[in-house]
Parts: sequence; C-alpha cells; structure tokens
Amino acid sequence: MTKAAALLLAGSLVLAACASDEEPSGGSAGGGGTGADEELKIGLAYDAIGRGDRSFNDSAFAGAEAAVKEFGGEYREVTPNEDGSDRAELLAQLAEEGYNPVIAVGFAYDETIAEVAADFPDTTFAQVDGANALPDGTSKGDNVTGLLFAAEEGSFLAGAAAALKSESGSIGFIGGQDVQLIQTFQAGYEAGARAVNPNIQILAEYLSPAGDFSGFNDPARAQLLAEGMYTAGADIVFQVAGGSGTGVFQAAAAAGKRAIGVDSDQYNTVDDPALQAVIMTSMLKRVDNAVLAFVGDYVDGTVEGGSDNLYDLESDGVGLATSGGFIEDIQADIDALRQQIIDGEIEVPTTP
Amino acid sequence: MNRVRRTGLALLGPVLSIVVALVIFAIVILLIGEDPLAALQVMTDLGDRPSQQVQSIVVILNRAVPLFLAGLAVSIAFRMGLFNIGVEGQYRLATILAAAAGAAVALPAPLHVLLIVVVAMLVGAVWAGIVGVLKVTRGVSEVISSIMLNFVALGTASFLLTGPLRGSGPGESIVTTKIIPESGWFPSLNGLLTGLGLAEPRSELFGFLLVAVVVGVGIAVLLKRTRFGFDLRATGLSPSAATASGVDARGMVIKTMLLSGAIAGLIGLPELLGNAHRFSTEFTAGLGFLGIAVSLLGRNSPVGIALAALLFAFLDRAALPLQFADIPSSVVTIIQGTIVLAVVIANEIARRLALRSAERAGAAAGPSGGEGGGSSPPPDTGPDGGQRIYTGVPGEPQGVES
Repeated sequence: MTKAAALLLAGSLVLAACASDEEPSGGSAGGGGTGADEELKIGLAYDAIGRGDRSFNDSAFAGAEAAVKEFGGEYREVTPNEDGSDRAELLAQLAEEGYNPVIAVGFAYDETIAEVAADFPDTTFAQVDGANALPDGTSKGDNVTGLLFAAEEGSFLAGAAAALKSESGSIGFIGGQDVQLIQTFQAGYEAGARAVNPNIQILAEYLSPAGDFSGFNDPARAQLLAEGMYTAGADIVFQVAGGSGTGVFQAAAAAGKRAIGVDSDQYNTVDDPALQAVIMTSMLKRVDNAVLAFVGDYVDGTVEGGSDNLYDLESDGVGLATSGGFIEDIQADIDALRQQIIDGEIEVPTTP
Repeated sequence: MNRVRRTGLALLGPVLSIVVALVIFAIVILLIGEDPLAALQVMTDLGDRPSQQVQSIVVILNRAVPLFLAGLAVSIAFRMGLFNIGVEGQYRLATILAAAAGAAVALPAPLHVLLIVVVAMLVGAVWAGIVGVLKVTRGVSEVISSIMLNFVALGTASFLLTGPLRGSGPGESIVTTKIIPESGWFPSLNGLLTGLGLAEPRSELFGFLLVAVVVGVGIAVLLKRTRFGFDLRATGLSPSAATASGVDARGMVIKTMLLSGAIAGLIGLPELLGNAHRFSTEFTAGLGFLGIAVSLLGRNSPVGIALAALLFAFLDRAALPLQFADIPSSVVTIIQGTIVLAVVIANEIARRLALRSAERAGAAAGPSGGEGGGSSPPPDTGPDGGQRIYTGVPGEPQGVES
C-alpha cells in the first residue's frame, strides 16, 4: 500500500514537472481594449505538431502574441490531431466561436480552408504558406488571404554564405519532405552557392517522400543523413526539416562542422551551447512579421481578401540571421547579393 | 448461467481498462490544475445548437467508420492467431490504386462505385496475400513480413502518387491523383438525417457507413455460422487440434490473410468516395495502426470493435472542445494510449480468471483429464478449455466444441 502511494507520488511529481513546462494556451489581452471597440479575437490553427517546434509554428505564435500586445484582444491556438484529419473542424470551430481573423498555418490547410471559408463568409481567413488560388486556379474565396514567402530569395543568401565559408568546396542540403515548398529552398540555396562558386559540390537529400510527413519530426534520421554528408566531405549543411533540424545540428557538433538553421533564428532557439556553436546562420522566414502585419491590416480594415501578400527580401519577410557573428566577415558580400536580388539583377529560380 | 458468466468475463477486460484509463485521465487532469469533471463535461459537450450537435455526431461517425473497418481487418487475422500489422500499407496502396482506377473510367453510378470498391479489396487482398504465401511456403513470421511490406507499400504509394498516377500539376504543394468523376462518389446520408427530423449538419455523413455495417454483419455471420468461420476459429484456438481434425491449416492462413487484406482495402474508401474523391499527400494516414488498438479494445468481436471505434472517434473529436477549454488536447492521446495498455493487462487478468474457472470445471468433471497443460498433441476434451481461452476470445469455446 505504501509502495503504491510512493509510486503514485513519484509519478505525479514527474507529470507535474512536465506539465509546468507547458504554459496554458490562449492568452488574454495585454493592452486591454486599446484598439477597436470590438475585442479582437485571433484564431490560430497550427500545422502538424503544433507549438513547440522552435521554428515555424512558434514563429506564427510569436506573431499572434505581438499582435495581441499591440492591438489588444485575445488569441486562441488549436492544433490538429496526429493524422491531421480534423483540420476542417478546427477552422470551422474557430469561426463558429467568433474568432476573427482565423489564420491557418501551413500549406496542408489548402483544401480545407477553401471549404470552410465558403461556410463562413463573414470571417476573414489567412493561410501561411498557401496562395489564395487553389491548384486548379480557382480562388479559395474572397475572404481568404494567402501569406507567402519568397523562401528561394533567403535561401539564395544562405547558399552564398555557405559557399563563401566552405573550405572543402562541398556543402549539403537536407529537406524534411520532398515537396514543392521545400524544393524552393533547395533551388535558392543551390543557385546562391553556384553564384559564388560555380564549381561547388552540393549534396541534397530529403528525409521523406511527398505524402509522408515523418521527415519533419525525425531528428534521428536527419542526424544519420547529415553524418553521411559530413563524412563525404561537406562542411556546411543547410537543413529545412522543421523538428528534425536538431539532428543535423548534433551531427555537425559531433563532426566539428557547421550547419544553417531555418525559419526562426535557431542560434537563439536551441538551448544547448554546443549546438549553438555550429549554427553559422539561419535562413529566416518571418512568419511572425507576416501574421502581425496581417492582423494589423485586419484591425485597420484594409484586408483586401481574395489575394496574396508576398513577403520577400525587400519587405524583410525572409533574410539571414547574424546571431553569433559567424558571418560577420562576409556580411558585405551578402548585403551586395541581397541588393542585387531586390533590384532584380539576380533572378532566383524556384525549382531545383 | 454459464453463458452469463462467460459474457461477464468477456466484458470484464474492456470495462476494467476503460475504468483504469478514466482514473489515470482524472489524475493527469488534476495534475495540470484542471477539474476532471469539468474536463469530462467539455468532452461530452456536443455543442449548443442542434446543427452543432448533429455536426459533432457526424464527425464522430465519419471517424468511426474507417476505424471500424481497420479494427475488423486486424481482428480477422487475430482470430486465426495471425498478427496482421500490414493493414496500414494494405489500405494505403489499395486506396491509391482504387482512386486511380475510379478516375480512369466513366461508368454509370452504382457500377462505378462497385468497381472502385472491388479494385480496393483486390489490391488489399493481394498485398496481404503475399504475407500469407510467405508464411506458408517459407515459414516467414507474418509479423515481420507484414511490417516490412508496410514500408514497401508506403514507398510504392508515394512513387505512384508523385509519378505515374500524379494528377496535379508540377509545383503544387499537395500532390494528388486525378479526381474521380461524380458517378464514382458515394452519396451522403444527410438526407436520412434531415428525414429523421435532425438539423442539417455542416459536413456530410459518409454513406459508406451502411457498407461498413453490412461488412460487419457479414463477418459476424461468416465467423459464427459458416464452415469457414468454424475452421478459422478452430485453427486460431489450437492449430494442431484443427489440423488433426482435418482443417487445411496452410490454406486457412492464405484465405484469412486474403480476407483481412480485402477488408483493409476498404478502410480508405469512406473518405475517398465520400469526401476527398482523390488520393493525395494529405490523405488520412495511420488508420491501419489505430485499427490494431481498436481491435484489441473490441476483443476481436464485430460488435465490440464497433463500440471501440465509436469510443476512439468520440475521444478524437473531444480533442477539439478541450483545446477551446484551455486543456491540452494531448490528454486524449493519453487516454487512448492508457486504454490500449490497460486492455492488454485486463485481458490477461480476465484470461487467468477464465482459466481458473475452467480448471475448476475440469476438476469437477473428472480427475482423468487431469494434467491441465494440454501440451500433448492429441487434444483433451476437458482442461484444454483453458488453452483455448488463452487466445483472448472467451465466449467462443462452446462453438468449437459443438
């Protein structure tokens, strides 16, 4: 009996420790009704694993948080179930509960957002990483705005930085899933590297094929792939693999080589100083900026709807992080390339 | 009297495991500082307005249909003592090929749907049949080969989707097959709902629900009332005894795997025919693995599996309102996991209880049947009842003895 009680106590301590990490979702107003007369209620529907990926979803969350700080009101965040089959219900529930605007994070919402937006014409929707037009050319609705990023432009700079810093003349790319969205990163990266060094050798691999999302959450496999690349002579690897990215950093740390992060400034988001030391830079995709800007438009009543907002180098929607100071010495070259892309002198391809 | 006792024992496992899961759920909710009763109330709250309530029920049913079919596919193999872990690969490969076949032809409505269903069942059966043939001819464990074939099936499905069967243009984030023409869609049951005086839900209730019910009844009849079902259960309970009494065990392995695979082929069809109308990178994955849990919880009986599928579907939907009540939806995953764990343990306890009562009955019948183990090849009539129950199908032995 006492043994059982002790076990229960120990178990509860462990669980309590886990639970305390997780901050209760959904915050209330920071400013408290400073903005519109009607309280702002932002609905945020995450992709796959939800908040805590230290990358994409977290960035969207930061945007919503900043928006609430600026405009008052509240936000509600929801995460789909493991196989993503309840995505439509998530959006519909948010709309039904009066959340407006409703922001879906990730291209996986492509078809569901079109269905749900039609059912709730008075709600303003936005989709991160999804254009307003469906693949067949029809619009997802007049109340849907696409928030798009010129990932190839930021990746171009990442590739240029990698080529400039590489001593072995060989660099690597690891993508989470072999889909078009991730291929644009690869295309920009390769173009950027070749622009600096036409003879550079680029190893590119994907963790999982199209249709298999495991690649975004498989650090062990990412580590294996990265180890292979480092052994094959690459000294810098760019990872675009969501939650798998830490595996690449670990492989880099073990091999004494370097890696490039993605989406967030991962130099600041990894906890481990050993991993921090290998993150040369990160290709930033400022989902937070996009979300904040979109909510701002909504508050101002200037959301057009039925169109796309493109976030590129010029609008600082994408860019290269400088935390850690590893690329200080080549910053001038990077800035020059950046300006050339903005001026249209360099055209960055979107397919590898 | 005896029957009541057996039913009681059969129910003991699942009920016990759900109670254990509820207790653990309450502890977890308490630990994160919420009220378990309030949480339970949130989970069972289907909505305020009638249309919301009907919508919630539709969501649950739509989720339960594929889970039921998955559980059924797994359970048929289980009944025979085979562990078909390959249901996942079987249904995914079946769904993509059925979607492609459905998109490639134009037929009158009922025939078109029939063709898609037949293709799906055939592909599932063939894929599962490989496992059966390997087991019979080369002695390969079905556990190993069906897991391995999952990887082959998923890889093949991915290749087909991105290669020869690709219907979406280049540069699209979501890769799909070509869309099935409208004649190949399964009508929804929303007309039935409104006919019953219920509010019109936002989503469509899968018409495939009816097919699933028919398949469930069919399997129940097949297992209980036919020679094939008798042979299958007999082989599952005691392969040596079945062989001794003239059952072709090798043939049974192949036939069972074919049947299990054919039903696995149906798993993707509710969504394919009722909603998506094409296979894509976003098509619901993982149902085959969930089917194993559903089958375990349902104790391999069609009625039990239906209840288990409904429970899982209910829990799955509960993840939504929980998030709106600021309770992490991961508690749903915790409950589902605990139920499955608890069911394994509870089954073991129920088995021991059944064994003990069988031993007592055996001892009462006469000491001559005595040695209890049933390790000797010629099956005894009395005490090996315990061994039969071992496979986790109490309530069945009387059928074998008859």
